[in-house]
Amino acid sequence: MTIQFKPDETFRDEFRYANSDAAVLRFPFPFPEDAYMYSVNIEPHVPGGATPAFDNPFDVDEHYVAECRERARVLEQDPSRCKVLPHMMAAQWDTLELIMESLATSYPAHFTLTREGISWTWENRPLGIRDSFTFGDASTLPLPPFEYITRQAQGDFTLQDQRDDNLFIDAGMVTTQADWSLDFDVGMSFHQWHGPVPLAHQKGVFDRALKFLLRLQYGAPVRRLNWTMTVNPRLDTSPENYPQWGPDRTTLTAENIGQKLHLRVELQSLFRLPRSNAILFGIRCYLCSIEDLARVELWGKRLHRVLRDLHPEIADYKGTTRFREMAVAYLAPFDDGADLPVGTAPRQDTLPPTALPLGR
Amino acid sequence: MTARPRTMPLRVAAAIPLSPTLKAFTLIPADGGLVPPSGPGAHLRLNLPVPGRMLKNAYSLISNPADRSHLAIIVRRVAGSKGGSAFLHEEVEDGDVIEAGLPANLFPVVRTARRHLMVSGGIGLTPFLAYIAAFEAAGTPWELHHFCRPDERGVFEGLLARYPAARVHLHCDVDLGVLDEALLRQPLGTHFYTCGPALLMDTVMERAAALGWPRARLHSESFGGAAEGGEPFIAVLRRSGLEVAVGADTSLLAAIEAAGVEAPCLCRGGACGQCLIEVAEGIPEHRDHFLDGEERASNRLIMTCVSRSRTARLVLDL
Repeated sequence: MTIQFKPDETFRDEFRYANSDAAVLRFPFPFPEDAYMYSVNIEPHVPGGATPAFDNPFDVDEHYVAECRERARVLEQDPSRCKVLPHMMAAQWDTLELIMESLATSYPAHFTLTREGISWTWENRPLGIRDSFTFGDASTLPLPPFEYITRQAQGDFTLQDQRDDNLFIDAGMVTTQADWSLDFDVGMSFHQWHGPVPLAHQKGVFDRALKFLLRLQYGAPVRRLNWTMTVNPRLDTSPENYPQWGPDRTTLTAENIGQKLHLRVELQSLFRLPRSNAILFGIRCYLCSIEDLARVELWGKRLHRVLRDLHPEIADYKGTTRFREMAVAYLAPFDDGADLPVGTAPRQDTLPPTALPLGR
Repeated sequence: MTARPRTMPLRVAAAIPLSPTLKAFTLIPADGGLVPPSGPGAHLRLNLPVPGRMLKNAYSLISNPADRSHLAIIVRRVAGSKGGSAFLHEEVEDGDVIEAGLPANLFPVVRTARRHLMVSGGIGLTPFLAYIAAFEAAGTPWELHHFCRPDERGVFEGLLARYPAARVHLHCDVDLGVLDEALLRQPLGTHFYTCGPALLMDTVMERAAALGWPRARLHSESFGGAAEGGEPFIAVLRRSGLEVAVGADTSLLAAIEAAGVEAPCLCRGGACGQCLIEVAEGIPEHRDHFLDGEERASNRLIMTCVSRSRTARLVLDL
């Protein structure tokens, strides 16, 4: 399959970003039910799901080239977004191998990996990269292996070292994050880096998730979805850059909220790595305006109900307090209150030009 | 949506007896290509078709993890076992194909360690052969103390001959007191690993702790976390009126699915709680990480993906 990339998109300043109809329909919508609460919503990361976004270990879409360029811009301004502690070299090579093998298998029209023993050649045609190197010898690559390959993938990545019956976030490439800082979290244990999340600790969610992840097996990756909301299609909503994006929340009006407010979904995947025994955590970020989401009838109705009934502490933690009522008011005309089936599949193959108001 | 454990066919490239009870196997992909990557301490689960059942025995990989041309294990013939080791010693020859799971690692090295001290007994040396290959390649300091019977000393000397003599210490006496000097002189940042008979592992772990080692620096091998299966039992599905036989090697969830009944599930690893079902009669054997102590004690709930039954029959509200 050949993907039509949109290399001129930007995720800052003038925000040249839009989803094609196909991109809207493949959005990994995160709400199977009308109400949202934290749970250990982990499932096997096997091909296939509610939309084609779940078809491959690492999803590549029309925004790939533009997202890789945005990552390079962020790193140029702030190199601390990529950090790897010294004991993670085996995990770096594990990551490079996993991503190269997966991309070459999933998208042969765009990526090729050729191997003769430990002599490897990697071709990334969308980004115009072709490098030959010796697997296991970092001096033969232009960048350290983890940075090299994660500059060529969409979404953020962290590496968790496993020791003392715990996981430690000992490496990461984090440029498209929902308001958390790798520079601050690096080296932390599982409960430490999840410290700020409300309610979930008391429900035991993190105790169970950690026990499960400590037993994650090679060859059996898992995934979950997480979500928040972002004003403007901005990938880099980092604490480091808060002065740039924090004020965006004050720019929303009843007239522009449909276009400016985006549902931000993270398709999070977890892979046990074979050599290092570390865990690779992929945080693949998708952005879709609520105006576009409402063009899918089931999604418009469900998003309205989830936002309307969201637990106040979760609404606050996700930074939606200032605009939630306005978003609910925007979505209300698209919700006739009818019962909805459980699940997230769009249940339609085409999109109307704009969402249609439904009379109650 | 389910993720079944993957298996791969491996061909026996060489089966070489090392002693009357030890046999080394070199395994290559039956379909060509490279073996999957693995790390030091990983094990391989082999499907062994002994009469009447399929055994799934785990063996530590001794091969250098960086070399993906083959995998290698050493199997000790165990008298009075379920028959897996006897099968490998007597039935398996060069050219045979064995189905194996992907390598899994329950005994990984600690990557932050500055030095590694290993104590093994008998066949417990096997994971350390892979450790040592990795330490040598990375230039990490290590020290090994291996305990064995006098008649097997030559075999183990041969397996370790390529490594610097100053790092390798072979002991044929049973006095573990010889370890005290080694345990006392390790520099800060050393991690300690042991593999072998349970009595050896327990004794040296206690000895190290008594000499002041922090527990977080002491590691022993255990396949316990990988345990699947157990005693067979009958699951009675009250709502559908079915009786499902759960075999020794099958999970309750898989048996229910095989019977054509749709059961809730998600992670299939005992964590998410999706597969929770009410128990009407019988006593569950809980193996999950989800239920709290009170819920377990009530015997009214079971997670079908990992848990089993203590009673011959388990009646489920399904």
